[in-house]
Amino acid sequence: MSETAERSAPASGSPTDPTIAPGQPGVRASSLGRIGIRLVQQREATVFIVAVGLVIYFSSVSSAFFTRDDLVNLSQIIAPLAIIACGEVFLLICGEMDLSVGFVYGFSPFLMHYLIDFYSVPAIPAMIICLLFGLAFGYINGFITVTLGVPSFITTLGTGLVLLGFTLTTSNAYPALIPESAAGPGHWIGTYAWSMITWAVVLVILFQILLSRTKWGLHTVAVGGNILGASEAGINVRRIKYGNFMITSTLGAFVGLQVAFQTNSIDPSSGGYQPMFYAIAAAVIGGTVLSGGSGTIVGAFLGAVVLGIMQGGFTLIGISANPLSIIFGGAILVAMIANVQFTRLRNAGRT
Amino acid sequence: MTIPANGQPAEPAGAPSGAGGTATAAPDVLRTEHISKRFGAVIALRDVNLHLAQGEVLGLIGDNAAGKSTLLKILCGFQPPTSGRILLHGQEITFKSVDHARSLGIDAVYQDLALINELTVYHNMYLNREHVRWTLLSNRSMRREARKHLDEMGIQIPSVDVAVAKLSGGQRQAIAVARSVYSDAKILLLDEPLAAMGVKEGGIILDLVQDLKRRGDVSVIIIAHNYGQVLEVCDRVNLVQHGEITLDKMSRDTSVQELTDMVVAEYRKAMEARQRNG
Repeated sequence: MSETAERSAPASGSPTDPTIAPGQPGVRASSLGRIGIRLVQQREATVFIVAVGLVIYFSSVSSAFFTRDDLVNLSQIIAPLAIIACGEVFLLICGEMDLSVGFVYGFSPFLMHYLIDFYSVPAIPAMIICLLFGLAFGYINGFITVTLGVPSFITTLGTGLVLLGFTLTTSNAYPALIPESAAGPGHWIGTYAWSMITWAVVLVILFQILLSRTKWGLHTVAVGGNILGASEAGINVRRIKYGNFMITSTLGAFVGLQVAFQTNSIDPSSGGYQPMFYAIAAAVIGGTVLSGGSGTIVGAFLGAVVLGIMQGGFTLIGISANPLSIIFGGAILVAMIANVQFTRLRNAGRT
Repeated sequence: MTIPANGQPAEPAGAPSGAGGTATAAPDVLRTEHISKRFGAVIALRDVNLHLAQGEVLGLIGDNAAGKSTLLKILCGFQPPTSGRILLHGQEITFKSVDHARSLGIDAVYQDLALINELTVYHNMYLNREHVRWTLLSNRSMRREARKHLDEMGIQIPSVDVAVAKLSGGQRQAIAVARSVYSDAKILLLDEPLAAMGVKEGGIILDLVQDLKRRGDVSVIIIAHNYGQVLEVCDRVNLVQHGEITLDKMSRDTSVQELTDMVVAEYRKAMEARQRNG
């Protein structure tokens, strides 16, 4: 847990760190070295090194890797994970988890389809209602977990399955077409080649600022770090947890719409557990602690990049579908072990 | 150590003068009437009548589980009493939350310190009263102020940027106290502020309370187990036994021996009762 402590100045940078005394002899000469040390000391540095290693490996074994088309493909794998991870990081930091987000992702485009095609709701209000549905679904997760006291693992397992059943029942498990009226705005949400990753980068920046530079982020860390202490300090613990459940489900609803537009279909098998588990894996690979109290959005984004590169890279070099999971699962473990060992080395060097 | 509001030299230890002499004459800032607190079948407090005068330092002593911390948590809005009422400056008040009590000038240092290990010293010092500019945390301002306050108190830590997890028990305690002292609170509730402290760090906290006493605008309730320290710094002492206040004396009218005898007598009585019952 030493890495949680070092996160203490949450990405605030600390440009006025008193341990760096300006004007000391040799400061100018070693400033580049200090910047280098600073970068390496960032928790995100280790997962970044892993990502660079993967790029070098796949580029060396496949000429198609990192071409324009491949980058578009990679970005479309990475973006949904990164966006869902933004919410999961907040939840994990405050000591909770959302297993249902993939099912909100699955239901959200169907809701848009029902609203537009069956109730003649215009496209943009229909999409806004989808996001509001995500918000409300997160509120229900918050209510069951925080107010009724059910562990979030069980709460969201249950609510997710209920929603899956609702999606399959209402759609008869048949895919649907994107409503014509939604196709226009849908370009900006997910259809254009770079739209998903653009949203992802913007959201990652916004959520990193929310985490490290606002009261909400600080209080989220406080709640996950010491829930009694946070409430003794007057922080409204319930509000923080409710809010983070609502953020996560809303992001799930948004990603569901994005993927539907990007694939140009509304598929009942879309979403589910896989994107949720990959998003949580991305968060943990990126340095978020499963037990709460510490995490980083930028790290989760890099974690999503690592997972995306592995998924896209192994497919590109022709690993067949059946053994792909073995290699992918093993690669996640190797990446995570490398990350943990890098962190140990970094902490040993610091102390 | 210097607290800028008074700027006076430190007073010799064990001199309950100044505010101590006038404590009973000053108006009550805080008063409880017939406060009780139950946790299911357990009665933690029964019919507690406590008063705290303007500028007074009141020591709450008693054995473990006597109800001292429960009383403090009621007075800072962390939990409501089961019955009874609280009067703040003569007006009956129901604290809705810690924030509400804090907005009325009451702040507490809890036994568990309420520090977040993962956060820096300066974030902990300003937790839930952060400096904010355009909705963003003003880290620079919080860092500067935290450093200034800790320097004023003579608390030595490597940097305000380190996580509190990396500090010693005494340093953590000092930071928790500093957080409350510099919160502009007019009533400070300190639950065992000297626990886990070395002699030097404990001395810093005692000096700090002496300084606050001389200022006269802050009233303090301290829970402590070291009766010598309590009598040194407090104007008045209340002994809490089995959820009741069984002694209320000015510090100058009692002694460490008397307080120890009372607590030991209670312990012996309990032992005898246990032996009689079997």
